Amino acid sequence: MTVREALNSALDEEMSADPKVFLMGEEVGEYQGAYKISKGLLEKYGPERVLDTPITEAGFTGIGVGAAYYGLRPVVEFMTFNFSMQAIDHIINSAAKSNYMSAGQISVPIVFRGPNGAAAGVGAQHSQCYAAWYASCPGLKVLAPYSSEDARGLLKAAIRDPDPVVFLENELLYGESFPISAEAVDSSFCLPIGKAKIEREGKDVTITAFSKMVGLALKAAEILAKEGISAEIINLRSIRPLDRATINASVRKTNRLVTLEEGFPQHGVGAEICTSVIEESFGYLDAPVERIAGADVPMPYAANLERSAVPQVEDIVRAAKRACYRAVPMAATA
Amino acid sequence: MDFPGGKVRFTSEMEFISGNSETRVPCFRVLDQYGRLLNNVDFEQVSEEAAVKIYANMVTLQMMDVILYEAQRQGRISFYLTSMGEEAINIASAAALSDDDVVLPQYREHGVLLWRGFTMQEFANQLMGNRFDYGKGRQMPIHYGSNKHNYVTISSPIATQLPQAVGIAYSLKMDKKNACAVTYIGDGGTSEGDFHAGLNFAAVTESPVLFICRNNGWAISTHISEQFRSDGVVVKGRAYGIPSIRVDGNDALAVYTAVKRAREIAIEKHTPILIEAMTYRVGHHSTSDDSTKYRPINEIEYWKTARNPVSKFRNWVESNGWWSDEAEAELRTRVRKQLLQAIQNAEKTEKPPLRELFADVYDVPPANLQDQEAELREAIKRHLEDYPSDVPV
Repeated sequence: MTVREALNSALDEEMSADPKVFLMGEEVGEYQGAYKISKGLLEKYGPERVLDTPITEAGFTGIGVGAAYYGLRPVVEFMTFNFSMQAIDHIINSAAKSNYMSAGQISVPIVFRGPNGAAAGVGAQHSQCYAAWYASCPGLKVLAPYSSEDARGLLKAAIRDPDPVVFLENELLYGESFPISAEAVDSSFCLPIGKAKIEREGKDVTITAFSKMVGLALKAAEILAKEGISAEIINLRSIRPLDRATINASVRKTNRLVTLEEGFPQHGVGAEICTSVIEESFGYLDAPVERIAGADVPMPYAANLERSAVPQVEDIVRAAKRACYRAVPMAATA
Repeated sequence: MDFPGGKVRFTSEMEFISGNSETRVPCFRVLDQYGRLLNNVDFEQVSEEAAVKIYANMVTLQMMDVILYEAQRQGRISFYLTSMGEEAINIASAAALSDDDVVLPQYREHGVLLWRGFTMQEFANQLMGNRFDYGKGRQMPIHYGSNKHNYVTISSPIATQLPQAVGIAYSLKMDKKNACAVTYIGDGGTSEGDFHAGLNFAAVTESPVLFICRNNGWAISTHISEQFRSDGVVVKGRAYGIPSIRVDGNDALAVYTAVKRAREIAIEKHTPILIEAMTYRVGHHSTSDDSTKYRPINEIEYWKTARNPVSKFRNWVESNGWWSDEAEAELRTRVRKQLLQAIQNAEKTEKPPLRELFADVYDVPPANLQDQEAELREAIKRHLEDYPSDVPV
């Protein structure tokens, strides 16, 4: 099943199960979704439940929050999370904080979803990863699926969750196909929020990743295996709450950590994971934590520059080797 | 010929539509400046009981504002914001609504909450942030919210309530409720992007929402001449295809009539309505402001006395034989006593317990917050002498 089919089927099933769930966003209806994620939904559920919105992220996010205050369960689609910045006041100040500020009187069971992070050749304003920004805010939950099973289970969980959820998809993963279990195809399937998945077990080094980077980490693990390094790949699935227990248990086993993300390095997800491990498992580390992130520049367009601005498989392999003392540490070469 | 959007007549005249009409949009009023009923006015009748209730609430609101403003000056609360000069807008608009209509305020509409039954004590509890505050001490003063009164918790960023109101109105329409959403905004707030988004969306989604703009002339120190160059706010409704009206915001009967009729139209015809209520912000923006620094004192005095909406309505109520000096004295004495008592009680009531620091961030407290709460309680136990004795653990 492709990730696109996974998301589409999850939306369809949740809309069918609960009449309060509705979808809104630019092009989600007649156009079947900018990336065809909402294909067939307008036809099946009608314009009252699949709303094509005018071009105002601030506007339709505000409306979605209002509908959620009332008790509906909106799924708000951003054509890309880069455009969500025009609505970020509503996401943070209206959605994330309302339950707390109203002392539980106003809950906001809303899902904000859409593609996040780099695609291919779309430049600076279409390529930023927002995982770290949203995950720093209490009141929000932030999810990042990788596989089709992740996409189905986490989107269903997000829609059912009473708290506001930011659901970070990836454009390049939409068309990718993954094997899917019979359990995951069932309409009651749901994944727990806050639990990471160990995609590949290993004993020498832990590599944490989310979204598209999980695929790269798995490729790196194959290469490392041939060189005698057994890497444990953790698919975070949930950025907030972060599954610190699984991460720390893994590091206590392998004693080495590489954090991997596409986004900017400063104040990134890796920075938080590194601190968590230092706070809880310092004594278990046999090497400094290696942090792989996107380059600290707005995403360039030219293909060669773009390639250099985003982590590649070889970057992950080299980092894992450094963590295993199989290569000279970065600081020594500076 | 047709264009996307429909048929349009052609013209050979090359002419720009002027930015402003020759004449401004007229302002609907029922009472004259002295509170006397004008001739041949089409307005919603109010019974003696209703009129007295409206008047009494206007007086109560006025007294609340004076006394609570003073309380801030005395250091008893950290912040306060009055609705002085806008008592008619607050109370008369609230009186025209049903309790099922969902209100999304900006922040100068506590009179609407007062009308709906929020007590002096409930107001005072929020201002003091004590353990009876419905907000559990989470919000700064005047950020009231009450589900049971259908009054959405106040949120500081300006105009965010406008698209939210559309979301709620749309939901009411889908549920086929005999109710609408009612949202308030000041003149300054109409400059926000959310104003555009809210009005545009309300029209496109055909949602039953009343946008009530309190045009009081000032956004902190920014006069309306620096806020927009249109003929106020009422003309903006047409830009979105929304029926609009300008009313005298200091005329309780005019406000009552406009809101009552707007509500009926909005619900029956599934349409938003824009109401621009003209008024004047008599008070400072808030206790953090001294408006004498940017406007003449005699201008403030004029609006406070000669154009006072409370005394204007009193004249009309009295002219019907429904009010008297004795009734006024009795009301003011009673309200003052109630207020002072409420403030004193609220001050003496203890603050919310420690667990309210960590609750409601999410539906279910997450593990990290549970851990932090446990750590904090441990620390308090070990250093009890450092912990304030008047705050419950």
